[in-house]
Amino acid sequence: MSAAPAVEVRDLHVTMDRTPILAGIDLTVAVGEWVTVIGPNGAGKSTLLRAVGGLLAAPGAVSLFGTPIESLPRRNRARVVATVAQSPVVPPGMPVLDYVLLGRTPYIPPLGRESAADLAAVHEVLARLDLTGFVRRELATLSGGERQRVFLARALAQGATLLLLDEPTSALDIGHQQEVLDLVDQLRREHELTVVATMHDLSIAGEYADRMVLLAEGRVAAAGTPREVLTESLLAEHYKASVRVLDGEHGPLIVPVRRR
Amino acid sequence: MTRVAPVARDSSPIRPAETPNPSRPAGLRPRWLVAGLVAVLVALVAGVSLGPVTIPPGSVAAELLNLLPGVHLESGLNEREIAIVTELRLPRVVLGLLVGGMLALAGGCYQGVFRNPLADPYLLGVAAGAGLAVTAVIALGGAGSEGALTGLPLTIPLAAFVGSLGAVALTYLLGAAGGRSRSPAMLILAGVAVSAFLSAGQTYLLQRNADSIQAVYSWLLGRLATAGWHDVLLVLPYAVLTAVVVLLHGRELDVLSVGDDEASSLGLHPQRSRYLLIAAASLGTAAAVSATGLIGFVGIIVPHTIRLLAGSSYRVILPLSLLFGAAFLALTDVAARTVAAPAEIPIGVVTALLGGPFFVLILRTARRVLT
Repeated sequence: MSAAPAVEVRDLHVTMDRTPILAGIDLTVAVGEWVTVIGPNGAGKSTLLRAVGGLLAAPGAVSLFGTPIESLPRRNRARVVATVAQSPVVPPGMPVLDYVLLGRTPYIPPLGRESAADLAAVHEVLARLDLTGFVRRELATLSGGERQRVFLARALAQGATLLLLDEPTSALDIGHQQEVLDLVDQLRREHELTVVATMHDLSIAGEYADRMVLLAEGRVAAAGTPREVLTESLLAEHYKASVRVLDGEHGPLIVPVRRR
Repeated sequence: MTRVAPVARDSSPIRPAETPNPSRPAGLRPRWLVAGLVAVLVALVAGVSLGPVTIPPGSVAAELLNLLPGVHLESGLNEREIAIVTELRLPRVVLGLLVGGMLALAGGCYQGVFRNPLADPYLLGVAAGAGLAVTAVIALGGAGSEGALTGLPLTIPLAAFVGSLGAVALTYLLGAAGGRSRSPAMLILAGVAVSAFLSAGQTYLLQRNADSIQAVYSWLLGRLATAGWHDVLLVLPYAVLTAVVVLLHGRELDVLSVGDDEASSLGLHPQRSRYLLIAAASLGTAAAVSATGLIGFVGIIVPHTIRLLAGSSYRVILPLSLLFGAAFLALTDVAARTVAAPAEIPIGVVTALLGGPFFVLILRTARRVLT
């Protein structure tokens, strides 16, 4: 099954409080690909990510690397897919090392404790993300950019090859946005990770994604390369936005233009 | 980089945890474990030697060691004094240790399960639920005489357990009624409402069954004074079960601290762990309440002090809460029976007297932890 895609979603329907959130989504993500899901507020981006991460069961089919997600036991699933939530909970008083070690949970026997191998894996990830100097610092005392690196570190400690990032840069300034996304891209190449992200900043989203999916009202309104999806007409139609799309070096650049 | 402590006083007993090995997680340091065991032993010896007849601590220690198989030490005590040690005071102190350990452990556990630093068996209504159920058993079950209580019928712990589980479920449901706006304060407000409701039910039952008031009140105000070995034996199995289940879940409580969604994406079944831990903590609380009546604040004072001094991982908080909670209540009992001797102050009154000001201190120094 080596040819199986990392993610395959077929005809996914999600309804909450009798309101349809996702109405028949199809999505395929190849191994090693970076796909960014965009769409206006309330389009269902986070819900789609939750379904792919196995956090909600809904009519339709979701498979990860060829295995239907409902047949994956929770611990096995956590070794395959790691999620960085939009605003992860920061437990009070928890040091960085302990937080990243939580990522080893799927490898630690229930009611057991971490092994030397788990600690080694965590220290390797911390070194890789330049966090060695932070191990004893409390997570709550770190800056936004440092924290985002720690969240990524916990996800990488899971040893999963599929990374789901929900608005990974929403809390960061533009410099740290680039730093975090460059890091994700580099890790993706080094560890052959597959990345599915949701993002609001369209220009920066287009710079990093191999492909983009535009969600609107619970459906896929457009999918393709950033140049195919980030067009003035599609953005006007689905975001009700007045923008100019310029041709950038790595992808289209979106410039908001005030309506007359 | 130095961290500025919330209270900038050099004499403050509240300091950051000792410098640990940076490559290890913030687990339980042996130094703290030893301190906890020493505290329990000190409380044990002090509890047995202090009272209307003071017995030298050395002799107490010798008599306690004599209880171990194969040990024969000369304590210099006469038969009457030996009886005071082994039949009167020792069961009382041991029961105090068990109950204190259970209340503190349950408090720490509830705080983790509900991700709420203010959770406590008393504040969640658990104790009131157990109180109502026990009152119902005494008042309606015909166990209206003092004599029926000293035997502590087996139905009382069971009723306390059912009552406490019912109360915690009610509090949780009420607290969750706020939906997405659910906050730590919501849960505590719900606990206050549930406690008031259940206490009202209890008062009503007592009014209707006036002949059992005496029995119920002597139980409510704490029964350490009349404790015998049969009380210890009745609480012990529940206490051991609770301690084993809760202590094994320290790491899971740390994982739960990132929230249900993230815990679930890390491979855990948060709801499954939560139900199991609530049942275990409520069982421990119920056993404690059924033996000694309502004793408040232990479950909030002890875990918070440990959190501030020794670290915030539940792998640290839970075992140390068990040990220091045990020592705390046994020593509080010493104060309860010596401060106004020969009269005894109900132990629940002493913990509340200590707990009120302490609660304020915790709120002031631990603002960082609480928010």
